[in-house]
Amino acid sequence: MRPMNIFLCGVGGQGIGLLSDVLTRACLAAGYRVRGCDTHGLAQRHGTVVSHLRIGNNLFTPRTPPGQADVVVGLERLEAMRGAATMLRTGGTVVYYDTVYQPIHVRLRQADYPSATALESVVADRGGTLTRVYLDNLKDPRMQNVALLGRLAVMSAVEDVGVDVVRQALCDTVPPKVLDANLKVFEQVVNASDE
Amino acid sequence: MTNLKTDLIRGDQWSGLVMGNHAVARGMIESGVRVATTYPGSPTPEIAAALSAVPEDVRPYYFEYSTNEKVALEVATGASLNGHLSTVFFKSVGLNVASDSLIQLSLFELIGGMVVVLGDDPGVNSSQNEQDNRHFFRMSYIPMFEPATPTEAYEMYIEASRLSKQYRAPVALRLTTHVCHAKEVVQFSPITSGPPDWTSRFDTENGPYLPLVKWVFPMKKRALEKLEQFEGESNKSRFNEVHAPNSSGPIDGKRLGIISSGLPALAILENLHASGHGIDLLKLGMSYPMPQQALKAFLADHDEVIIVEELDRVMETEIKALAWDLNVSCNIRSRSTRDQLMGEFTPDRTWSLLSDHWPSLFPAQSPVEIPADISPRIAQMCPGCGHRSAFHAIRAAMDDDTIAVGDIGCHSMGFFLPHNIGDVLLSMGHSTATGAGLSINNTRKVIAFLGDSTLFHAGWPGIVNAIINNHSITLFLMENGTTAMTGHQPRPGAGEIGDKIPLKGVFEALGVQFIREVDTYNQGLLTQYAREAIAYDGFALVIARHPCMLKFVRTQRAKVPDFELSHVEIDQETCDQSRVCIEKFGCPSFYTHEDGSVTVHPDLCIGDGSCLKTCPVQAIQRESKRGYK
Repeated sequence: MRPMNIFLCGVGGQGIGLLSDVLTRACLAAGYRVRGCDTHGLAQRHGTVVSHLRIGNNLFTPRTPPGQADVVVGLERLEAMRGAATMLRTGGTVVYYDTVYQPIHVRLRQADYPSATALESVVADRGGTLTRVYLDNLKDPRMQNVALLGRLAVMSAVEDVGVDVVRQALCDTVPPKVLDANLKVFEQVVNASDE
Repeated sequence: MTNLKTDLIRGDQWSGLVMGNHAVARGMIESGVRVATTYPGSPTPEIAAALSAVPEDVRPYYFEYSTNEKVALEVATGASLNGHLSTVFFKSVGLNVASDSLIQLSLFELIGGMVVVLGDDPGVNSSQNEQDNRHFFRMSYIPMFEPATPTEAYEMYIEASRLSKQYRAPVALRLTTHVCHAKEVVQFSPITSGPPDWTSRFDTENGPYLPLVKWVFPMKKRALEKLEQFEGESNKSRFNEVHAPNSSGPIDGKRLGIISSGLPALAILENLHASGHGIDLLKLGMSYPMPQQALKAFLADHDEVIIVEELDRVMETEIKALAWDLNVSCNIRSRSTRDQLMGEFTPDRTWSLLSDHWPSLFPAQSPVEIPADISPRIAQMCPGCGHRSAFHAIRAAMDDDTIAVGDIGCHSMGFFLPHNIGDVLLSMGHSTATGAGLSINNTRKVIAFLGDSTLFHAGWPGIVNAIINNHSITLFLMENGTTAMTGHQPRPGAGEIGDKIPLKGVFEALGVQFIREVDTYNQGLLTQYAREAIAYDGFALVIARHPCMLKFVRTQRAKVPDFELSHVEIDQETCDQSRVCIEKFGCPSFYTHEDGSVTVHPDLCIGDGSCLKTCPVQAIQRESKRGYK
């Protein structure tokens, strides 16, 4: 496989860390060399948070340079748009969970919140493809990350990192107490994609 | 994944995915560190998280959160004087606080050894500046390692501690934010050091430990001698090496080279792999003292050399001076624009720098065009945050021309939209003193904010000064009982608010005449107290307290089975769309809609109810009585 970059982005508090951990573990299990970097500090308080995964050889720095992400994973629509605009390479892939967390500028009507169509056009400008994930019946918003994970697994966003590898990584990462609930969401997305 | 609780002290060798900070923590334990101290601050708090994850009864070390970086450094110094390998770690600007004692360290025979770990912050991810602390270690005669990866951070820590013990001198490990937070699989070694030996070995024979008058020069002389010996170590260090990712040879008749260190060196490696050119990279890991022999050889072997470093011109100045002495013909180049003296060097930026000098080898790349109309997203105080409630209530007591001095901590976010409270921010604990200066012969009222952890860190001297000089300002002590911003480390008097050190009692003992204390959710009373305090002639204190709600919710989730949060909701019949909840109170849970209506986002609201009284028409109501009380 040629080296690839995955860029994850969302809002502080959405569980980007777990998503990144499971993906990393899955990539390691598939035999890839992985390095990466997460946001820490102030931004975790409802600011933009990101996580970089760099998979394969001859990548040395922990963060993907702008415009070089093969896959952008957004946990929220505005952040998916920001991630796509700043990080997506030409012809890359964007997968996002379609939830809305309004930033203060939008709440104060100093900025507009993007429509799904606006996001589509940003991705189209890069010649990229866009996949929307949304579950009607998801009770706990802290599991939106697992819904995304299911979708990435089905797509094999990383070569040889498919459903079985990701599921195992999820089982190895999530605390036993909440594993069942997480697996349920994961399987729902996987099964829906089979149909 | 790595289980810090057990893996960190595993006796056998193992490998695992870790971040740089955790790799450093393992390096401490393998090195036999017996005393570790810190004051929390990004980018290094995860070192502390790792060290404190190990259960106390099996720790082969003593660890403490000290009240500030200077105290932490002094505790570590004392331990080393007593024969124990010690270590202290803190963030970039923490070194300013610690520097008063740091400067003396190299004069001492530190018989146990001592490693100073510093997290610099190029790119200002979470600091008030991006100061280049390589200067500080030069000023203090302290040798320095600059790792670029978690693996190097671990290996260089062990090497730093070895040299520190051998030379009985302080050695520094300078990390940067994205070395601290980078993740990779690191291979660790077995732990070979035995159980701790707490025998006291302090002996004045190892001194003198009094840098006073006649003793200073011999002590300084010894420090300078050690520095020369460290240069010898640097010359033979395996961490200073030439990388040639592509087969090297002259390009257009010229031999080309690059000198770099830390993360910029990795960015260069990526550039060289991408370009395929036969250019050599001298990567300096033990970067102070500089390895003169390696540098001489590299300059002699190349016709053109570019120095790539972040922030200030530190290596450049010394390498150019060396080249002058050597009278080498090598053409030495460096950064040419002011922009290149700022921010972190990522591969796109180093490519651009190389392109400035060698445009045919590194063709200019066009920057990614980002649409301008994407809304920013700034950090916010959490739903339920007591600080928000406080700012809302205090705003009501302020005049249009009241000057508000902010400080460092979660309450710094009062400066952000929509509160915009906090006009000046200098450093940890500055607010009372800066406010005092602003208040001199000023008809405008001055108020200052200070968090409870920062109060202990550096707040007291300014407060005592304001009391004894009777400066007419109001101090709002924003007490949440923790060090919230950096991840809920305990502050002195840890645990519940006001437990061990009763704050009010301390202020009373200091003779403060005007003291009021109130829970910030009681907004009416807080506004009233704020009015009285601002009108008071002299130093007035309002303790505005409420526990950190992020910490509260996390604790409840961990403790209470099936813990569910309740929410508030907006009665759309009652709501008159005055938007006070959004534009004045500003909880992120309130959502705005195109038709002017406002709703509550159920994913964000924690049902705390601090918003209930802010609505002029009482449209905000409790949805249910579950969970939160």
